[in-house]
Formats: sequence, structure tokens, C-alpha cells
Amino acid sequence: MRLAKLAAIGIAAGAFSGLFGVGGGTVIVPLLIFWFAYGEREATGTSLAAIILIGAMAAFGQALHGNVDYLDGLLIGIPAIGGVLAGTTLQQRVPERSISLLFAALLVIVAIQLLVP
Amino acid sequence: MSEVLAVILGFAGGVIAGMLGVGGGIVFVPALTIFLGSSQLEAESTSLLAIVPVAIAGVIRQRRYGNVRMADGLLIGALSIPGVVAGVLISNAVSQRTLEVGFAGLLIVVAAQLVIRAMRSPPAEAAESG
Repeated sequence: MRLAKLAAIGIAAGAFSGLFGVGGGTVIVPLLIFWFAYGEREATGTSLAAIILIGAMAAFGQALHGNVDYLDGLLIGIPAIGGVLAGTTLQQRVPERSISLLFAALLVIVAIQLLVP
Repeated sequence: MSEVLAVILGFAGGVIAGMLGVGGGIVFVPALTIFLGSSQLEAESTSLLAIVPVAIAGVIRQRRYGNVRMADGLLIGALSIPGVVAGVLISNAVSQRTLEVGFAGLLIVVAAQLVIRAMRSPPAEAAESG
């Protein structure tokens, strides 16, 4: 049963990943909390381990279709490591709530732009 | 020049992802379409490559805090294969427009999650514990 639930999480996250180019944390984190009573930090940390495999496999699949720009991927991904470290450090010092709301608004604007070309 | 822009976008995207606890992909995909002129499918595919090093660094860091249940994480990853294959095949079969609409839907879901979390969490000054 536990294995079936882990498989369900993996398959859902994998589909999200292949379809949308994201890691699938949006699916993994809430499901680990809901089904396995994970704490939020544990769920996020554990989702990262899954995302290494999911991201690599989905990138490989898309590369077979000739869709991956390797140079851009590395030029973005490697500096992003430094960015994430800076971001998690900053998190303690900034009004996270206002920034979350601002960023949510930005996401909605990007979504509207995508919907209304 | 676009190489410099990619590095800046990667770093800035990482800062946002780290600060808000969102994945890199949700930032990288729009960055690639808006600033580097990628198509939606290329942006999504390239973003997948970019999130791998970020996730590796994240696991190394989070492990030290005891936040990674490695066996569960790796099992989820390994069992994701059917989903990954389906997602990749579908994304290559549907129109660019369908992908854009789907991604817009995902952005709205993530925005809603952020708002819900922001409303639930106490103001920053009080959030010292944990």
C-alpha cells in the first residue's frame, strides 16, 4: 500500500515534469504531507531527492526529441545553485509573506500573458 | 550576450526559488521564454536540465538538517518513469498553444499555494521558532 502510494506520487510528479518542465514538487510535497504525515521541511527535502531522478530522466526524454538546449540549461542551472543558497539565507531576513504575495501576483501576470497572446 | 543573460537569470531564479521554497522550474521556464526567446517546449525541456544541479545541491544541504528521507525520495523518483514517459510523449504530441495553456494553469495553482501558505504563516518577526 505504501509502495503503491509512493508510485502514485512518482507517476503524478513524473507526468507534471514531462509536461511542464518542472520538478514536480508541487505534487510531491502536498502528497507526502497528506498521505504520510511528513512535516513540511521533510517533505520539501525528500522531494528534492526525487526531483534529481525525475528531472534527469525527463531531461533525457526531452533530449531524445531534440528539445534541450544544453548550454542554456547548464548556464542557468549551475549559477542557480548559488542563487538558491543566497535565497535560503535571505529568507530569514526578508518579509517572506509580502514577497510570496508579490511573486504570486507575478505568476498570475505571466499566466494571463500566456493565456491572452 | 545571451550567455551572460542566462547566468543572471539562473542566479536570480535560484534566489527566488530558495527564498520562497518554490521549485526552480516554475521560474526557469518563463525566464527562458520571456528573456531568451525559447519556445514553450524548448523552455520546459531546458528547464529540466537546469533543475538537476539545483536539486542535487538542495539534497546535500537538506540532508545535513535531517530533512531528507532518502529511501522514499529515491523510490518516488524511480517509480516516476511511467509518468515521465507519458509526460514527455504528450508534451511533444500536443500543440504549443496547449502547452502554454497548461503551464498557465500550473502557474495559477502555484500562485494559489503561495498565497495560502503566506496567509497561514505568522508574520516574519514572530517566526523565530522552527
